[in-house]
Amino acid sequence: MADTVQTRPLAAPTEVGLGREELLGMYRTMLLARALGQRMWLLARTGKTHFAVSGDGHEAVQVAAAQALDRTQDWCIPFYRDLAMMLHLGITARDVMLDDMARAEAPFGRGRQLPAHWSARRLRIVSGSSPVTTQLLHAAGVALASKLRGETAVTLTTCGDGATSEGDFHEALNFASVHRLPVVFVVENNGWAISVPRHKQMAVASIAERAAGYAMPGVTVDGTDLLESYKVIKEAVDRARAGEGPTLIDAQVVRLVPHSTNDDERRYRPAEELADAKARDPLPRYRAHLVAQRLLTEADDTELKQEVAQVVDDATDFAERSSYPDPSEIATHLYAGR
Amino acid sequence: MAVKTMVQTIRDTLYGEMERDPNIIVMGEDVGMGGVFRATDGLRAAFGEERVIDTPLAESGIVGVAIGASLNGLRPVAEIQFADFILPAFNQIVNEAAKMRYRSGGDFWCPLVIRVPYGGNIKGGIYHSQSVEAYFAHVPGLTVVAPAFPYDAAGLLRAAIRAEDPVLFLEHKFTYNAIRGEVPADDHLVPIGQAEVKRPGKNLSVFTYGLMLHYSLRAAEDLAKEGLEAEVVDLRTLLPLDKETILASARKTGKVLIVHEDSKTGGLGAEVSAIIAEEGFEYLDAPIKRVTGPDVPAVPYAPPLEEAFMPSPEKVLHAMRELAAY
Ligand SMILES: Cc1ncc(C[n+]2csc(CCOP(=O)(O)OP(=O)(O)O)c2C)c(N)n1
Repeated sequence: MADTVQTRPLAAPTEVGLGREELLGMYRTMLLARALGQRMWLLARTGKTHFAVSGDGHEAVQVAAAQALDRTQDWCIPFYRDLAMMLHLGITARDVMLDDMARAEAPFGRGRQLPAHWSARRLRIVSGSSPVTTQLLHAAGVALASKLRGETAVTLTTCGDGATSEGDFHEALNFASVHRLPVVFVVENNGWAISVPRHKQMAVASIAERAAGYAMPGVTVDGTDLLESYKVIKEAVDRARAGEGPTLIDAQVVRLVPHSTNDDERRYRPAEELADAKARDPLPRYRAHLVAQRLLTEADDTELKQEVAQVVDDATDFAERSSYPDPSEIATHLYAGR
Repeated sequence: MAVKTMVQTIRDTLYGEMERDPNIIVMGEDVGMGGVFRATDGLRAAFGEERVIDTPLAESGIVGVAIGASLNGLRPVAEIQFADFILPAFNQIVNEAAKMRYRSGGDFWCPLVIRVPYGGNIKGGIYHSQSVEAYFAHVPGLTVVAPAFPYDAAGLLRAAIRAEDPVLFLEHKFTYNAIRGEVPADDHLVPIGQAEVKRPGKNLSVFTYGLMLHYSLRAAEDLAKEGLEAEVVDLRTLLPLDKETILASARKTGKVLIVHEDSKTGGLGAEVSAIIAEEGFEYLDAPIKRVTGPDVPAVPYAPPLEEAFMPSPEKVLHAMRELAAY
């Protein structure tokens, strides 16, 4: 099943069945995620917040995944790098900033978790924790409930390549496959788990190969190629919706920055590898495609970037003006009715 | 009123609840054929394979999938075949189910029951006899119950299934068939968080639960022949503890004995003692006493070793006499 990453030209829009508005919308989300992420990184590095984790380099596959879902019924169980996916599913920049600054109104958890622990019941985006990989089992459970009620909802869940070493990865794929559940497992494979490179994490050549152990399709895709990623994920979503069971997608992405603001990657990351990663940055690549397809002009691009910068400023100001949770909230939402 | 064993009661209560609410599913290892203790016998025939799910042999998976299902409208009752094997699911229970509501600021929560057969005196050796309540009674966001009588098992299981938060439901394996009791035909509930005085007395209080409640009641009967009355309190819910009932009884008798099968250090008895020391110190006429399993890994297999591990009615009676004489 697994094919290798290819650096073929980006698929033409007609190939994936998306119109101009959607193609540009995805670009805007990538821009916004990048700008918002960089602002949050800066806030942490300047001591205004305490922590940031970035999705820079992962945006293409994330936006593709959000685009492939049916936002009126599908579920998403993300991990911490999925900022672009969250924005494309309908989470606002203000929501993200409130959470980043741990404000009382922070919608993902009222300032209880580190930033990037998304949650939005109204969008069927499930709250996640910090222990990696636990969410894959929740995805299987959510999908089990959908299937039991005869609904057509699909559940998409994500994790990193290091996270695939956890036992919950095996337990989730096995359960989902035994019950032919409508789940799409997307591994955002950036080759690193903090400082540990992929070859110390697994002996298989590709994560997609592991799908064979669960009798499900495993697909490798260049996760920095937005339209290729969209095609692959859409196919998996359609299969799931048609009752044909789960798919494992190995989306090969790049990590453009250190693991988090607490990490110093110079201690372990070779300069050439970082340079290679930067050469695969999904943003300029998708922009070049849109320009080549005459879907985007330089003027449009400038205008979009200005608009996005304003959204980021507005979100930052909005969050800065709001207050921290009151200490009296320490024990609320512990049990029902309390 | 019908007289039933513990295991019959659990089975019948599950049956009744599944009939009432189509969102309830049962899942675990071997639950389809009725489970190794027969607690789910007949459910698959009545409700089908979709609602009575034989899961792969993977405890983190059982709880993790149950959590997901509970987030999407189902009310899973997951079975961990033996308490000893719950540890692979510890992360899912403690970091996921118990923290879901708190961490999301009330956005998501897990109405989920995890049934856990536990305890010794069954010749199960160290990996089929463990008590695990102390690990979980430390976890805010979780509820831990441990009924000892069929009436309470039925009422607490219903309350647990209908609760909006995760409940660890501990079933002492020795009581499954050894303990019988009256169970009303109605849908009675036993409120979570309430202890109950099972035998009133004025000379000393015993705080206990599970199989040890039965041993304590037997010991209290023998003690009565010596003219001393022990008040035996069934804690029933281990998290949250019913402080009010505990303190009222300590105040009444002035002497406190805590009995549990679980090993001593950091066990439930430590918390009960601390509550009384903090809030009822002036009620006490004697030091608090504990009868517990010893601080060894778990109940050993060889019969003399198992006997040495288990608190017995005789050991409890002995401690009662000492305390009464203080
Ligand atoms: C169970 C668990 N162990 C350790 C950690 C600490 N930790 C956080 S992220 C991380 C590396 C994750 O790598 P990967 O899954 O490849 O995702 P990436 O961060 O590279 O996107 C580690 C070790 C954790 N969060 N959870």
